[in-house]
Amino acid sequence: MKHTLTPRRYFILLAVMLTASVGDTLLSRGMSQVGPVDLHHLGLLLHALTNINVIAGILLLIGFFASYTTALSWADLTFVMPATAFGYVVIALLSRFWLHEYLSPYRWAGIVLIVCAVGFVANGPSRTEHPSNHPDLDLMDSGVGR
Amino acid sequence: MTTAHVFHQWSAILFVVVLAITGECLIAAGMRGLGDLDRLRTRPGLLGYLGPVRAVLANPLFLIGALCMALNFFAMLYTLSIAQLSLAAPAIASLTYIGNTVAAKLFLHENVDRRRWLAALFVCAGVVLLSK
Repeated sequence: MKHTLTPRRYFILLAVMLTASVGDTLLSRGMSQVGPVDLHHLGLLLHALTNINVIAGILLLIGFFASYTTALSWADLTFVMPATAFGYVVIALLSRFWLHEYLSPYRWAGIVLIVCAVGFVANGPSRTEHPSNHPDLDLMDSGVGR
Repeated sequence: MTTAHVFHQWSAILFVVVLAITGECLIAAGMRGLGDLDRLRTRPGLLGYLGPVRAVLANPLFLIGALCMALNFFAMLYTLSIAQLSLAAPAIASLTYIGNTVAAKLFLHENVDRRRWLAALFVCAGVVLLSK
């Protein structure tokens, strides 16, 4: 039985890629508005929780953990990992086109390598086949009987 | 920079990496055990997600894995306080990536074929280039 990805599963992988990177970018933007936090001013951390960017960042990172965990329920760790790595590319592109930072040729080369890596894995099966103790469940998973 | 300081930095980096690999593998093993979460939905709509959430939160492998990831977060904060971000971030990301690939093959018995190895190596090289 070959595990193929339904549009719903592609959507979850897309959520893994986007929520982590956009969440980190929003947290970074929010914390730069709040200012540096040190051990003598820990109260600032509570104040940070009132910043809209920090709140949105935390919500997106909760969404990331939920979608990442969901993806691991039907795909291999070594299949889902490049999806998270693609987040580095999204962060680099967000910093270039949203925060208007300079991207060096090294960074563009890094982006190309990670995109290639995602391409390699996305073309393969999402789950390693093991001899199953639940052949009836595998039958359901293959879509037979739906 | 003394040898002791370099040793301290790399010990902290390796500790973060080991926690990340342990956490991710335990979470992956727990979720593999549960199978597709959609099967655990009790009814359509938002309330139907209570079944999968309950099953995930009752899974010991997932819980120990999540604890490792929480410890990993604090170990990462400590590491960033003693090592430069430009060293720690790519080192942790690359080593975690390679370590996860090896651990997934050894412990989760995933089929890490040539294309997945190539992907792991490309991501590592990509992360190092992004940090430049």
